[in-house]
Amino acid sequence: MTDMSFTPSQSGNRTGKIVLRWALYIMLGVFALFYLMPLFVMVMTSIKSLDEIRTGDLISLPREVTFDAWRTAWSGACTGIQCEGMKPYFWNSVLIAIPAVFISTLVGAMNGYVVAQWRFKGANIFFALMLFGCFIPFQVVLLPMARMLGLMGLAGTIPGLIFVHVIYGLGFTTLFFRNYYVSIPSELTKAAKVDGAGFFRIFWSIFLPLSLPIIVVTVIWQFTQIWNDFLFGVSFSQAGTQPVTVALNNIVNSTTGVKAYNVDMAAAIIAALPTLLVYVIAGKYFVRGLTAGSVKG
Amino acid sequence: MAPILQINNLFKSYGTVEILKDINVSIEQGDFLVLVGPSGCGKSTLLNCIAGLEPITKGNLSIGGQDMTHVSPKDRDIAMVFQSYALYPTMTVAKNITFGMKVRGIDQAIQDQKLEHVAKQLQIDPLLHRKPAQLSGGQRQRVAMGRALVRDPKLFLFDEPLSNLDAKLRVEMRTEIKALHQRLGASMVYVTHDQIEAMTLATKIVVMKGGVIQQIGTPSEIYNRPANQFVADFMGSPAMNLIPVKTRKNGKGTEIEIARGNGEPITLVDTQNTDLPADVILGVRPEDIADAALHRGGDTQEADCLIDIVEPAGADTFAVMQLGGNHVTARLHSETGAVAGQNLRLAFDLGKVSYFAADTGERLN
Repeated sequence: MTDMSFTPSQSGNRTGKIVLRWALYIMLGVFALFYLMPLFVMVMTSIKSLDEIRTGDLISLPREVTFDAWRTAWSGACTGIQCEGMKPYFWNSVLIAIPAVFISTLVGAMNGYVVAQWRFKGANIFFALMLFGCFIPFQVVLLPMARMLGLMGLAGTIPGLIFVHVIYGLGFTTLFFRNYYVSIPSELTKAAKVDGAGFFRIFWSIFLPLSLPIIVVTVIWQFTQIWNDFLFGVSFSQAGTQPVTVALNNIVNSTTGVKAYNVDMAAAIIAALPTLLVYVIAGKYFVRGLTAGSVKG
Repeated sequence: MAPILQINNLFKSYGTVEILKDINVSIEQGDFLVLVGPSGCGKSTLLNCIAGLEPITKGNLSIGGQDMTHVSPKDRDIAMVFQSYALYPTMTVAKNITFGMKVRGIDQAIQDQKLEHVAKQLQIDPLLHRKPAQLSGGQRQRVAMGRALVRDPKLFLFDEPLSNLDAKLRVEMRTEIKALHQRLGASMVYVTHDQIEAMTLATKIVVMKGGVIQQIGTPSEIYNRPANQFVADFMGSPAMNLIPVKTRKNGKGTEIEIARGNGEPITLVDTQNTDLPADVILGVRPEDIADAALHRGGDTQEADCLIDIVEPAGADTFAVMQLGGNHVTARLHSETGAVAGQNLRLAFDLGKVSYFAADTGERLN
């Protein structure tokens, strides 16, 4: 990405080329600093003591590094009347996100496979409707969904939240997989049919093994969406099943007296850490998967 | 013995669009049937119908004497080679070839044995552990053939298997497929748009156009006695010359008058075909027009013609002239003295000519 390809009209223009290159690096550096600044402030604030925060500078390095705020944020901070920190809610989020990501990805893959490779009557309309689902604002589904969950006996439970996230994610996951599978030649399916493989066999043995890049994209997308979700989390949970985002809000907004900025910052970082981690681990595949159009075979 | 493949009154339509109309074909064990025609003539659709990959709208089809009209592809005892080869990208060559057997739950020992046999036959044993992406076009083609051969089916189906190869490899693989067919004595259905492939491979050719069968016959029947103008024009390279002519009966037979823009009309006499309408299309193959100076023997009639273009092609030299308002090509011996812009005496062999009705294009003789 840093490889700018421009060709000067003459080789005597070397100095100009070097100057331009450095200008580019400096500009990129400034942008990187700009983006990293909030994170820097958060990390610094989280490892300072409250006294130091009150007296010191926002962006100065801590005089004394302390992880008390992290400990409090993880297991002692109060969300309203309870003072258990982020820990239980963090696990709630894990319990919601992992099954929801897994199920929505798998079902999305299956949907995409059907829409792309097993054209049935009305497949286009079906896909258009799925796509439409991506654009429905969260607020619109709140009330009907609350009613649904109530009828299903899942109101306020973790399976209920998993259900909501799976349903809401299907539009996106179907879209991702459909666009990926549509570039796979249909002759592959035909060959497998002649070879005697059925619907599921073709999916498991031929399409899923081809899908790693798009699975990574979908997992990152879904995980980020579900982990960071606040509205569904706050609407469809009750005490004990709230996800980490809701807990973070409660910690930050329900403190009385002195605001513990260091605890707030630590809690915010804890809440953001898993998505950051997913990007760092799988980011390489993410870009690759987004750009991977066709399978040459 | 029942025909290995029999298709009766097959129709195929997508919505209101009819793709195939009233197809009737049958082949015997060991036949090599080639479906040939221009793009969009329905030949690939017909192959997909035979494979069961496309449902049939009307009619029926049997393979090996059993009705297969509504049977799914896997139970038709067929194997198919695709244009894009359709190798499974994540599997090794060996797994590609044995996938069909694995799906059918065939014993591992038999799988290995068959794999080894086929790999040896196609000389792909060094490639067995590679992935398709690591193979060249010709190698992929062989693997695709291996995947079909290993199944030992009643019927092989080929969907333009050579069209993705370069010219040289295509000729090599063509010979190899022919050798394979002779060695195995297997029944094959082969789709191509290349009339040379059709001529060289087939024991039986079906020429199609617009979803309708134009002619079914052996390569020599198709070449020498095309059923209509379309077949005459499509099969053979250069194509058969189609010249509008006027006919007149006389004592010896039929006088054929070929008009010329420059100069006198040519008049030839056909003694075999005596009952022709006044306006017909004369079809004459380029090789039935020879340089009179080099031509010996045969029942030919000569005429002077103005040569427009001379195209030497190594073994032959093609001479193009204007007759009856059309370009006419003659395939001359390479030692011909033909010169562009000069007259040359040509010998016309009327023994193998075709006549087509001017209005319908159907064969008359």
